[in-house]
Amino acid sequence: MIPILGLAIGVVLGLLLDPSVPLWLQPYLPIAVVAALDAVFGGVRARFDRIFDAKVFVVSFVSNVVVAGLIVFLGDQLGVGAQLSTAVVVVLGIRIFGNAAAIRRHLFRA
Amino acid sequence: MSGEQPEQDPAPDVTPAEVPAAGRPGTADEAVAPTVPAKPAARRRRRDPLAAVLIGVLTLLLGFAFAVQVRSTDTDTQYAGAREEDLVRILDDLTAQQDRLRQEIADQRAALDQLGSSDSDSAAALQEARERAQALSILNGSVAAQGEGMTMTIRDPATGITSSVLLNAIQELRGAGAETMQVDQVRIGVSSAVTGAPGDLQIDGQQLQAPYVFQVIGSSQDMATAMSIPGGVVSTVGGRGGSVDIVQSDRVVVDALRPLDAPQYADPDSGD
Repeated sequence: MIPILGLAIGVVLGLLLDPSVPLWLQPYLPIAVVAALDAVFGGVRARFDRIFDAKVFVVSFVSNVVVAGLIVFLGDQLGVGAQLSTAVVVVLGIRIFGNAAAIRRHLFRA
Repeated sequence: MSGEQPEQDPAPDVTPAEVPAAGRPGTADEAVAPTVPAKPAARRRRRDPLAAVLIGVLTLLLGFAFAVQVRSTDTDTQYAGAREEDLVRILDDLTAQQDRLRQEIADQRAALDQLGSSDSDSAAALQEARERAQALSILNGSVAAQGEGMTMTIRDPATGITSSVLLNAIQELRGAGAETMQVDQVRIGVSSAVTGAPGDLQIDGQQLQAPYVFQVIGSSQDMATAMSIPGGVVSTVGGRGGSVDIVQSDRVVVDALRPLDAPQYADPDSGD
């Protein structure tokens, strides 16, 4: 309940406040969002698997975001930022798909 | 740590308030969940306010970032967040495109210049040709002309004026700078011929009536002088019983026209 509420309130806040993204954050924000989405899907899956753990969720959420941002930052420093951010998005996307498949199996038993 | 968990676990089920004090609910949950599946699900939610707050804050942040990102992708200029190398590539593309377009502009401008100059060239050529045609048509008598000149009247009461006298007069006038002339409404051209016996003179086959009136365009002073020299037209005509009147004028109109005869054998040379 709390995560859903938090998501809804966050979306509403973001739409209402409509802040401009600072320039230094702009390359990282989409990556961070995707990483956080991965963490959220992992959390949902863990809940369906009945192994959900708030601490694991919080830590994985934060570390996902930080690591994804770090990888992209490193890539930017090395001159391969575009490729590395693509790589991060691909990997996270695969994980999201896997988690979504697990959730689907729980929900629909198929 | 893992030793405590079995004891801790059942307890929170009944007394949730107690658990935050324990401080490590996460590890317990993770470790225990597989063995006791039903109970953790039931107690999870009200177990740890701190975790709940953290989860709430994190998901709120996620939603916020998500909305902001979606919004900024929608509205921002698409280059604001672009990477340096992407920007460089885009800039390269734009530069190449600009070069192409600039080249195209130069080509078109050159074509325009060429068209304009050839246009003015042909206009100048046309103007020149027109002037030449005008000069020629005055010479050959196909257009009317006007200008400074004189009117010379040769009276022939004794019918002593022969064709050669008239021809001589025409030649003298030409020699004195006459540009074009007419005699009794007959335009004199390059091929004009004076024929016939005295009293029955013809120019180009047209009958002349005495007195013979020359209307001449040219320097009237020069022509009058040329007519009056000893042995000239005036004295010749006088010797044959005629008389010559010369009236100089600022404006003489030569309006008789010669039909333009098409050359039968000569063709214009392309002239290069």
